[in-house]
Amino acid sequence: MAQKDSDLQQIKELIEIMKDNGLVEVEIKHGDDKIFLKRSQPQPALGGAVTAAPVIEPGISAVPARPNETQASAAGVPPSDTHTQEGLVEVKSPLVGTFYATPSPDSETYVEVGSHVDAQAVVCIVEAMKVMNEIKTEISGTIADILVTNGQAVEYGQVLFRIRPD
Amino acid sequence: MFSRILIANRGEIALRIIRACHELGIEAVAVYSEADKDAPYLQLADEAICIGPADSAESYLNIPRIISAAEIADVEAIHPGYGFLAENINFAQICRDCGIVFIGPPVEAMRLLGDKAQARQVARKAKVRVVPGSDGTVEDESEALKLANEIGYPVMIKAAAGGGGRGMRMAHNDISFRSAFGAAQAEAEVAFADARVYLEKSIVEPRHVEVQVIADKDGNALHFYERDCTIQRRHQKMIEESPCPILDERDREHLAEAALRIIKEAKYVNAATVEFILDRDKKFYFIEANTRIQVEHPVTEMVTGHDLIKWQLKIADGQKIKFSQRSIKHTGVAIECRINAEDPANNFVSSPGTITRYIPPGGPGVRVDTHISEGWTVSTSYDSMICKLIVHQRTRTEAIATMKRALREFVIEPIKTTIPACLDILSHNLFIKSEIDTGFVERNL
Repeated sequence: MAQKDSDLQQIKELIEIMKDNGLVEVEIKHGDDKIFLKRSQPQPALGGAVTAAPVIEPGISAVPARPNETQASAAGVPPSDTHTQEGLVEVKSPLVGTFYATPSPDSETYVEVGSHVDAQAVVCIVEAMKVMNEIKTEISGTIADILVTNGQAVEYGQVLFRIRPD
Repeated sequence: MFSRILIANRGEIALRIIRACHELGIEAVAVYSEADKDAPYLQLADEAICIGPADSAESYLNIPRIISAAEIADVEAIHPGYGFLAENINFAQICRDCGIVFIGPPVEAMRLLGDKAQARQVARKAKVRVVPGSDGTVEDESEALKLANEIGYPVMIKAAAGGGGRGMRMAHNDISFRSAFGAAQAEAEVAFADARVYLEKSIVEPRHVEVQVIADKDGNALHFYERDCTIQRRHQKMIEESPCPILDERDREHLAEAALRIIKEAKYVNAATVEFILDRDKKFYFIEANTRIQVEHPVTEMVTGHDLIKWQLKIADGQKIKFSQRSIKHTGVAIECRINAEDPANNFVSSPGTITRYIPPGGPGVRVDTHISEGWTVSTSYDSMICKLIVHQRTRTEAIATMKRALREFVIEPIKTTIPACLDILSHNLFIKSEIDTGFVERNL
């Protein structure tokens, strides 16, 4: 019984390690003993809180979505930044939502064509489910093109800006 | 009727729902991951929105992205299809909170029947025989062991949050039970974020028979007869047929009525499938209810002439079922073969790749439900099922002949598919006599 308890404890600890580190498969061998754990696609938690599951991507802080609360949160650029043929860097939307060029209805736009931006500067907002997500550029440079207009619906991966890197 | 809905799914079921929408005058908004960006069916949708990269967790399972897409596309309802978020209570609740109609059951009914252990209680309340087993879930191994001995080996240890053939382990004696129990809990925790398990007696040489039902919000419930899904490999269905070849009309009626009692007890609304195990004496036991449309729904559509997806849309729209059970007839025999991108000669290993030659079968009584075509690339990101081939004829003998003919005509190259395995099964004399059980495929293929 003690043996089984410690085995189960070991399995439970492994599961925690896997979850914490985003591991999908783990295999451990001790002599003849072997344990193999494999995670299927992580499902959103069942039941409980109504808030949408936060989407965590490298370079983006967690965005807890609460309907009806306008809360500026930090969001990053999707890892799939591409360079165009002219050497311009594309800034793509990491979310599905509505593009806003200004921090609030009455203020000035974050950037314009020709604006210089430093790395980690906020270039726009993409609003998703009432949460205002600030989109930052990874690189410093000059805005070469703005491909979307204020209030336009954008999908995941849609190119928002092209930047000429410094 | 809705003017615009979003389909939170992909592949053949997304296309199926687009078709039903268009016939009802509903605009269909599709979502897609970057892996599916060239899918031809997206051109048929009225709008298509990219919601993420290939990984399902970042796209088809990503609730915020799907809800955002629903909001920017200004839809009234979401059809979740099957798999992905179709049985996700959190998702159904969020839709409700955001004022979007979830095309499926109310959250309460989904919660009741979705928890496999609770569903057994519902069945008991509805006076339907369940597989002998635990009263709810068991946590403690020594208690479970005692119960296993009371139930009698062999015993199945099943995840309460599992279903669809996943999260199950069998034990034949105390020794294997002890190792299986802890492992089953651990696996359930990893796979479903819920370690709760329950016990069921493992019925020897069972057949799997399920009943298709629909119910409206006024509590009117109807059945569309049963499907026999005994041909399975590792608990995944390969071939389904309707009607069940070994039931007479009286058995059929009892089974269907039992299914309806469960649905009514759960106050269920929309389409569901109630699954049973039949033992060697044709005694049936409830095992689980699936609170969604199923992969094999076309089989039922062929024998009854009803469009089940349209029924889902109508019921979600608030329409009442105005026709009687008596008016639903079943004619002939329908068989479906699921075709997967797998190599049956190589232990069914995945066979992804780009399809360079695709010629589907045709002729009388043949229906092909698929999203693939020439030039389609089967990726490893998703389920390996690429196509459903369904036939319908007046008799089972003719249906088998048509299915074999259609499978032989079907060209999907150069990837490997399970077509040869389907042909082997359909030619096997035990299948022809329908002297089969759920272990048939593993023993004979």
